[in-house]
Amino acid sequence: MIAQSVDALAAMVPDGALVALPPDNSLPSVALAKALIRRGAKSLRLLGVPVSGFATDLLIGAGCVAEVQTSAVSLGEAGFAPRFTAALKEGRITVRDATCPAIHTMLQAAEKGVPFMPLRGIIGSDILANRPDWRVIDNPFAPPGTDPIVLLPALAPDFALFHAAMADRHGNVWLGRRRECATIAHAAKRALVTVERLHEGNLLEDERLAPGTISATYIDAVAIAERGAQPAALLDEYGFDADSVAAYARAARTQEGFDAWLDEHVFGKRQEAAA
Amino acid sequence: MIQPEERLAAALARLILDPAAPPARHIAVGAASPIPAAACWLVKKQGHDVRLSLLHKRSGNPFTEGTRELFDLTGQGRIDLFFLGGGQIDGQANINLVGTGEWPGQGVRFPGSFGSAFMYFMTPRTILFREEHSPRVLVPRVDNISAPGVSPPGVFRRGTAQALVTGKAIFRFDPARARFTLESTSPGEDAASIRAATGFGYDEPASLPATPDPSEAELALLRGPVCEEMLETYPDFCARVFGRKAAA
Repeated sequence: MIAQSVDALAAMVPDGALVALPPDNSLPSVALAKALIRRGAKSLRLLGVPVSGFATDLLIGAGCVAEVQTSAVSLGEAGFAPRFTAALKEGRITVRDATCPAIHTMLQAAEKGVPFMPLRGIIGSDILANRPDWRVIDNPFAPPGTDPIVLLPALAPDFALFHAAMADRHGNVWLGRRRECATIAHAAKRALVTVERLHEGNLLEDERLAPGTISATYIDAVAIAERGAQPAALLDEYGFDADSVAAYARAARTQEGFDAWLDEHVFGKRQEAAA
Repeated sequence: MIQPEERLAAALARLILDPAAPPARHIAVGAASPIPAAACWLVKKQGHDVRLSLLHKRSGNPFTEGTRELFDLTGQGRIDLFFLGGGQIDGQANINLVGTGEWPGQGVRFPGSFGSAFMYFMTPRTILFREEHSPRVLVPRVDNISAPGVSPPGVFRRGTAQALVTGKAIFRFDPARARFTLESTSPGEDAASIRAATGFGYDEPASLPATPDPSEAELALLRGPVCEEMLETYPDFCARVFGRKAAA
């Protein structure tokens, strides 16, 4: 299970798959997103849990994406996500807007194996008006006609992709408090994880590490990718590289600039030329 | 010399402490919100008993159950106050974080609604905050509603906007009438300049006060202990507003 290459993980994700990704503040596997671009993935349907960031903009710019379901797409301080915005304008992607707790709730329904879950709020928002798959019902536990409430269908992504600090040889992975990655691993049919390093011993047998561990029950494959979240941060191990993301945001204002960025940072063409 | 950001932070702190509003025992502040964060720290450093949950704080993130914990807390009614902004905000306090033009933002696409469609309903009060005060932001009617300003009777809702704070003015919101009233203006503004910069209709008081300057004590707290708390998360803001650099 360990010691797969990142490119081998990317090869496991078929075109058209529904792929759940955490955003820049909660352990995206940027390494795996780049590997999907190298493999030439097509028509992916991305789910931002609960919002989307750098990796989503990369995949859209590289032409890997048909649809995005998310509650927002942003590069944080570097501003709007340029390739997402361009693709939306040009009609190259379908965007299904949600709101953060709705995405968590749909995944939690899948975690529990129930067909739907209710959520407060949302009524009167145009998000609801544009989500024919979301329903409003009359709360069956309240007096009839007194309490409308939104029902959200369970959502089980085909894949959860994220980065973690470490994995053990049993396939357990540790990512500390970023439990939203546990939720997507539980809800998804398969979870593919990149990690910084291997942990000797069993993470589930260490009382201090076990609460931040996702059991191998939910993990299908792991590959080591040092600095695999960069330019996003990894817990207290390395910080968000704001300068790199700002440089990306400037380059990606045009498709040509984006393509040049991709050549350098994903296909490594400049390095080859220099070698 | 009082910085505009300091005046806004002090004004927000006074709104947080407004005795007429529901109590603020636990306040959550979203990412990329240095002025609301400064206001909350000011309240705390004034000695008020308030719990702050600052999202995306680089260290000491308050949550251990992932990003859903904020929404679960709010769903239970444990978060008393939240701040929301908007690419567009209208006179009924509807907010649009999705974009202009046809859904989902065929004109100018904004990042997206984030948790607004839930938070706006489930916190007892919301302070709307947007520094830019212009007719393109404060519009007669938002193009798309991320979260509605008011809800019909029967729809579960704990609260609405308490106020709208911009770089130019403070408005109070009356949910019963779904209408703002201008409360005070920043230095250099008057009733006419606010009218010119505001795309929606609102009520105006007979005499319009200036938003008060921060007191010496408030300024000392902002520039000292509040800045200390914010240096790690908002180094650029602290350098620009308070003239302070983080230790390397």
